[in-house]
Amino acid sequence: MNTKSKNTAPQIQSQRMTGSEAVMHCLLAEGVDILYGYPGGAIMPIYDELYKYQDQIQHVLTRHEQGATHAAQGYARISGKVGVALATSGPGATNLITGIADAQIDSTPMVCITGQVASHLLGSDAFQETDIVGISTPVTKWNHQITKASEIPSVLAKAFYIAKSGRPGPVLIDITKDAQFEEFDFKYEKCKGIRSYIPVPKSEAGSVEKAAALINAAKKPMIIWGQGVVLGEAEFELQAVMEKAGIPAAWTILGASAIPTSHPLNIGMVGMHGNYAPNKLTNECDVLIAIGMRFDDRVTGDLSRYAKQAKIIHFEIDPAEVDKNVKTTVAVLGDAKTKLTELLPLLNKNEHPKWHQQFKDLYEIEYEKVIKKDLHPTKQGLTMGEVLKEINKQSNGNAAIVSDVGQHQMIACRYAQFNQTKSNITSGGLGTMGFALPAAIGAKMAAPDRDVVAIIGDGGYQMTIQELGTIFQTKVPVKIVVLNNDFLGMVRQWQELFFDRRYASTEIKNPDFVAIAKGYAIEAKKVSQRADLADAVAEMMAHKEAYFLEVSVEKEGNVFPMIPTGASVSEVRLE
Amino acid sequence: MDQNQTYTVSIYTENNIGLLNRISAIFQRRHINIESINSSVSEITGVSRWTIVVKVSEIQIRKIIGQIEKQVEVIKAYYHTDDEIIYQESCLFKIKASLLLEEVQIQDIIRDTNARIVTVNREFFVLEKSGKRVDIEELYQQLSGFGIMQFIRSGRIGISKKPMEISKLLASFHEAK
Repeated sequence: MNTKSKNTAPQIQSQRMTGSEAVMHCLLAEGVDILYGYPGGAIMPIYDELYKYQDQIQHVLTRHEQGATHAAQGYARISGKVGVALATSGPGATNLITGIADAQIDSTPMVCITGQVASHLLGSDAFQETDIVGISTPVTKWNHQITKASEIPSVLAKAFYIAKSGRPGPVLIDITKDAQFEEFDFKYEKCKGIRSYIPVPKSEAGSVEKAAALINAAKKPMIIWGQGVVLGEAEFELQAVMEKAGIPAAWTILGASAIPTSHPLNIGMVGMHGNYAPNKLTNECDVLIAIGMRFDDRVTGDLSRYAKQAKIIHFEIDPAEVDKNVKTTVAVLGDAKTKLTELLPLLNKNEHPKWHQQFKDLYEIEYEKVIKKDLHPTKQGLTMGEVLKEINKQSNGNAAIVSDVGQHQMIACRYAQFNQTKSNITSGGLGTMGFALPAAIGAKMAAPDRDVVAIIGDGGYQMTIQELGTIFQTKVPVKIVVLNNDFLGMVRQWQELFFDRRYASTEIKNPDFVAIAKGYAIEAKKVSQRADLADAVAEMMAHKEAYFLEVSVEKEGNVFPMIPTGASVSEVRLE
Repeated sequence: MDQNQTYTVSIYTENNIGLLNRISAIFQRRHINIESINSSVSEITGVSRWTIVVKVSEIQIRKIIGQIEKQVEVIKAYYHTDDEIIYQESCLFKIKASLLLEEVQIQDIIRDTNARIVTVNREFFVLEKSGKRVDIEELYQQLSGFGIMQFIRSGRIGISKKPMEISKLLASFHEAK
C-alpha cells in the first residue's frame, strides 16, 4: 500500500488531536452524516466529541443498541451507503450482535464502533468488559481492536473500505478508552486496497461467452436474480438482458424491487412462499441463470431435486458461493453490472412465447387458488393481502416497504408493488423479528423524500417497540402498519400444518397498541372492518408526521403457496 | 469424491491477532474436528503460514477453502492430499535416565529409528523424533514397555510438491494497484 501512496497521494498535513476527535474526522472523510447509537462509560470520549461536532454529524439515540444496528441497516439498504452504529463496551456491544449477524447474512454495508475498557484492563474482567472482537468474529466481514490512537485513521479507513467493497458486510471496530483519550498526529488517507483482499474477483476467460452460448441455445431459459443486482446497481443491465433475450425473470426476497413489479418479464418471487409459476418451472427450465443470489435453502427446497434438468449459469461476486449449494455449469465471477454489460451484446434477440405462456398459465392457477382470496376476499375478516393492496394503491407503488419477519413479511414481499429499486427492506437471511421498526427509521432518514411504510406483525413489533421513543424524539415521519392477528402467525401456521394444531406458545395477548403509540405522541388508529380500511390508509399516507395504523386481520390466515421443508420446488402447495 | 480423507490445508495470511478465531470458526460451524494445527512464519517476511489437518470429503474441503479465502486477511489457501505434499510431525519423549544404561535395548531402538537424544541429566533424558505418524507411533510402542514419563507430539507441517507462488501473487497485487 505504501508504494501506491508514495506516487499519487497528495501530501497530507498532520494535525494534533485526540483519538476520539480523530474518529469524527474519519467519519466526516467517509461522508458519514448520521450515526445510530447509545452512549455509555467506555465510549464517552467519542460522545463528547459528537457533542462538539453535532452540526456536522447527526447522532440518533435509539432506545436499544439492536435498534441502532437495524436503523443503520435500513439507512444502508435504501441508500447504498455504509450505515454506522455506535455502542459502549460490554452489554452495549453485545446488544449489537443480532443486527451485525443480520447484516452479515444479508450483505449489508455497516460499520459498528464500540468503546472498550482501557487497554491496561483488557482481559481482567473489568466493569463492562466483554471480548466483543471474539464474540463478533463469526458474524463480521472484518473486525479489529484499537488500543493506540495512532491506529484510528488507517483502521477506520480500512473498515469503510471493507464494509462497502466487493460483497458488502458488517465491520466492527473496538476502541479502548485510553486510545480515545490519547493525543497523536492525525492524518487521513482513504483505503484503496488491501493486499490479501480481492473484493471483485476476475472471471475465467471465456466464461461470459460460454454463458451467452448457453442462453442463446436455450429453449426455456429462466433468470433468478438476488440482492447482488441491487448492491451492484445492475438493475438497468439486468432489464436489458431480460428484454433482449426474452427471458422470464424471478427474484429472491432480497432481490425484490430491482425490476418493477409491473414489468411483463417479472414473474415473481421464488422460494418457500414465492410464486407458483417460477417455483414449479425452476424444475422445467433448460438454462437457469442465477444473478447475484446464493441458492439459499429457503429458495431451493430439496437440493437433490432442484433444477436437475437445467444447465446452471451463476453470476456471482463471492467465489465461495459458487458450487456451495448448487453445482454450476458456468460460473461468471465479478460484479453483476460489469458482467451483464459484457453479456448483453453476445445475446441473440429472442422471445420464447410458448415458454412465457407456461408462466401465465400457472399464474392463473395461483390467482384462482390463492391471490384472489388474499386480495379480494369475500369472507369476513381482513386479510393481510388486502392491506398491502390498499397501500399499493394509495402510494402508487412508490413507497419503500420495510417488513419484519413472518407471515406479514411474505405477504408484503408477494404483493407489494415496486416501481423503483431499493424499495424492499427486510431481514431475509437471518429472519430477525424486530427488524422493521428501527430499519424503517434509518430508511426514512436516508431517504426523507420517500414514503417509508413499515409492515410489522404483532409479535415482531414488540421485540423493538421501544424505538417508538426514537420516532418520538427525532420526529422521523415513518408510517407503521401492524397487521395484528393476535398470533405468532408463521409459527402458528406451521403448527397447524405440521404439528396437528398444537398451538404451543403462539397465541399472544397484546396490549392497546394505539394507546402505546399515543403515549409517544404518535397519531394512531385501529381498524378491523373492511369498509374502514381505505380511509385509514389514506389518512396514514396523507399524514405529514409519523403515523401508527393497527389492522386487525383474520386470526388464522395462512400464507400460500408454500414449499414444505424437505419438499422440492415443484411440489409447491397452493392450499 | 464424497469419501472422507485426510487433507492438509495450507493457509498464507497476514500476521494478525484474532485470525485463529476466524479460521477455526469456519471448521467449528460445520462441526469438523481439527486433527492438528500449526502456525508459523513463512518464506515471506510478515506472512504467516498455517497447516491444518482435517478428515473431510473433497466437496466439503473445497467449500471450506472458499470460506477461508474469503476472510479479508487470508492471502491464499490450499488443500492437499498426503501424496501431494512432503510432511512431518515431531515428538518428544521424557524417560528415566537410568534406563539408558540399564536397558541396552533402548540404545538399539534409538539408533534404529533415527531418534535423537536432546538432553540427558541424572533423572531423565529427552528423546526427539521427526517423521511420519506411523514411525512416531511405532517408536511409542517400542518405548512404552520401559515407562514413558511424558510424551508430546506436534501438529503436522507440510510443504507442497508443486509451487505455491505466494510471492508472485503478492507481486501481482502490487502491480494491479
